[in-house]
Amino acid sequence: MKPQMTAETKNTILVDGERIDLRNRSLAALLAWLIPGAGHFYQGRHAKGVLFLVCILSAWILGFALGGGHVVYASWVPGDKRWHYFLQAGVGGAALPALLQAKLMKDSTTKDGETSRNYEPYWGGFMAPPLRPVEESAADEVSAWYARHGAGYEMGTWYTVIAGLLNILVIYDAYGGPLSVPISGKKKEEKESEEDADLKDSD
Amino acid sequence: MLPISPSYLLYYLPLIIAISLVFGATRHENTKLILQHALQTGRWITGFMGTLFIIICILDWLL
Repeated sequence: MKPQMTAETKNTILVDGERIDLRNRSLAALLAWLIPGAGHFYQGRHAKGVLFLVCILSAWILGFALGGGHVVYASWVPGDKRWHYFLQAGVGGAALPALLQAKLMKDSTTKDGETSRNYEPYWGGFMAPPLRPVEESAADEVSAWYARHGAGYEMGTWYTVIAGLLNILVIYDAYGGPLSVPISGKKKEEKESEEDADLKDSD
Repeated sequence: MLPISPSYLLYYLPLIIAISLVFGATRHENTKLILQHALQTGRWITGFMGTLFIIICILDWLL
């Protein structure tokens, strides 16, 4: 069902027969990005808030654990362009430590592209990028992570990526209310026949 | 027949539950409708993945 705006206020919508006050939409979207479900709590949609928090954070934490805690890091250097991070960052607050670690690594990398010896990551290396250089043909730190965690590293990466993507849907839901249900199959035929009948009536 | 351990298929379960529930909840407000939508989504994705799995298994057996 497509959400309907009511005349009372542009922030009140009617979905499934329930009236929802979206309050400050931008703030709700920001909160939803920072912590999955937080935007819904702010709007008083507690059941959905709990559902999003549990589903998205469980997928995220499970993926993080499967990958041995090394699947979420920010890096954009030759040999290690971690594009997955852009999607993982959909979960917001949980992915932000990676940005601090990436900044520290950047400051600790020499002009030759190697990590300096006095580099010490924050929080024992939590979400820290691999030591430089990272080369496809060499036995670097990324290869060691793959070797240690096997398929878990790949699975962990996908779990965290999917959690980030799901949270984008949640952010939209906090901002504008539920998405409309696609019209497909039988329903589409019914709608077309209704439209044909309306056209005939108007003739 | 499978090149990996069947236990790897268990990774699918938490993911499909999370995806289906989030899909359902981002399309409805009513709990009953959310669960109905989640079931439909879960069934559809499982059917799609299962069909692909069978096709790949047949191709593997033929080639």
